[in-house]
Amino acid sequence: MMNNSYKSVMARKNQIMQKSVGINYNQYEFDYIGFDYEALLSEGDFTLEEIRKIQYDNGVGNTPLKECKNITKLVRKVAKPSFGARIFIKDEALNDSGSFKARRASISCYQAKKMGFKGVIAATSGNYGAAVASQAAKYGLKCIIVQECYDSKGVGQPEIIEKARACEAYGAEVVQLSVGPELFYKFLLLLEETGYFNASLYTPYGIMGIETLGQELVEDCLKLTGKIPDMVVCTNAGGGNLTGTARGIKKTTNKKIEIVGASVNLYGLHMADDNDFNKKSFTTGHTGFGLPFIMNPDRSDVPRSAARALRYIDRYVTVNQGEVFFMTEALSVLEGIERGPAGNTSLAAAFSLAKELREDQIIIVQETEYTSAGKHHQAQLAFARENGICIYFGDPKEEIPGKSIVFPKSVDLIRSVDIDLNIIRKKYLQSQFMKTKTLSKKDLNFLIEETNSSLDFVLSEIKKYDITVEDVK
Amino acid sequence: MIKKGSWVQIKKIILNPEDRANNLPEATKKVPLLLWVKGNLLEDANLGDVVKIKTVTGRVEVGELIKLNPSYLHTYGNYIPEIHQIDKILKATLYGSDYDE
Repeated sequence: MMNNSYKSVMARKNQIMQKSVGINYNQYEFDYIGFDYEALLSEGDFTLEEIRKIQYDNGVGNTPLKECKNITKLVRKVAKPSFGARIFIKDEALNDSGSFKARRASISCYQAKKMGFKGVIAATSGNYGAAVASQAAKYGLKCIIVQECYDSKGVGQPEIIEKARACEAYGAEVVQLSVGPELFYKFLLLLEETGYFNASLYTPYGIMGIETLGQELVEDCLKLTGKIPDMVVCTNAGGGNLTGTARGIKKTTNKKIEIVGASVNLYGLHMADDNDFNKKSFTTGHTGFGLPFIMNPDRSDVPRSAARALRYIDRYVTVNQGEVFFMTEALSVLEGIERGPAGNTSLAAAFSLAKELREDQIIIVQETEYTSAGKHHQAQLAFARENGICIYFGDPKEEIPGKSIVFPKSVDLIRSVDIDLNIIRKKYLQSQFMKTKTLSKKDLNFLIEETNSSLDFVLSEIKKYDITVEDVK
Repeated sequence: MIKKGSWVQIKKIILNPEDRANNLPEATKKVPLLLWVKGNLLEDANLGDVVKIKTVTGRVEVGELIKLNPSYLHTYGNYIPEIHQIDKILKATLYGSDYDE
């Protein structure tokens, strides 16, 4: 009989993983810390055209790009003369299962079926659960979704309770857990027990499925405006959305498009805290995932994450909960598009960023998500109020996550805040330098690519640590 | 008595506080890790009994029987009047302050 204590299960993590994704990650590793990222992203030998076909055959992709004309007019009311870029939104809520996550699930489920797995498992409290359940249904695969849903008193986040309902609607088994990172422990046990495919968000399949979104938005924009967008804003949590979108864009055009990541500012709330769990009004797209994952992408549920936002991000901004709810309402009453709040994180950021760009420039907000009971700003604000969160109008900069939600008292107060990417790069390098005191030249190049920086930048950081670089004179 | 075959929800402890991961925040460390799952009851039982269920994927789980026919009762919550105020700010900014006159 297997020892199923926490320690024993975590100790056999790598062998469980290897079997459940069918990828030998070891073959991509080199030297002291590097790995061949592009080779990993070639797993399965899919072309972008094949991925598009798999998706279009299964209710995914080809979502409309819509110009938010009234929101653009609103920006111009508060921007300097001749400023205020055109804002477009890629209406990803129209994918089967209601979010861009269907793109990520589609290739995982296709691959699981092809490899002969009987079922798929995903650990997610987000839209990805419904996405995997929906795609699994199409392929006749069994499906288990593992969610962190309740606090220890059994009080659940309304948004996550709705997502559980959606998973069950698509025929999945939903295993719900209380707060804690040991969700991963139960996830491993389930993989071992069932022998199902690990439809992780962080495998190459989970990323290549989003490349089509990057490609489509460039093509859609050209069709609608005759131009390539100047800026694309992606809600950022685990980094996959931004990574896949940026890769798809780069495969479609050589023109430089600024890739902006946006997260909801949840500074001060601990993601694994039983008390804090129900004090947040966003369960994804926030800094509690965005920051740790961009600084250390390999903290995910696979040995090497294919979601590596730092390689592609040009600018990283945060917005507050009150600003995102405000813009969710704006999308509804000004554009007639009622969507879930979390996906509108990038819309709130885009509203602020549009003020910096000229009227003839174009910003694309690359996703929306479906809305429903629980998963709606009305429901999430009601839940916040029940949990003692103070909701009022003022300057959103006053907002204290877990204590208040501050709506802008005037539209000009919607202002995103930049995070210094060089600080993130330094933190990333610091986490790498914990693993080794020696680097090869190839490792050095890997770190330059990982941080999207320069040899000088990486070398100046290396000097601060006791690191030896081989073969460099 | 709840009949064998009924659709039910169970709850169980999967890690006691002393068996949980290190480095957890205090509030999390002192409570057990709990699991909830639904399935068909494999034997007649009463609420509060420890029972076996078969989930939709065919797995068997054991836990405390807490609900018969667990329902989806989540809603849009109590009305938040501030949302209506947001609409007024948006429309006054876009169409002018006399918009709703």
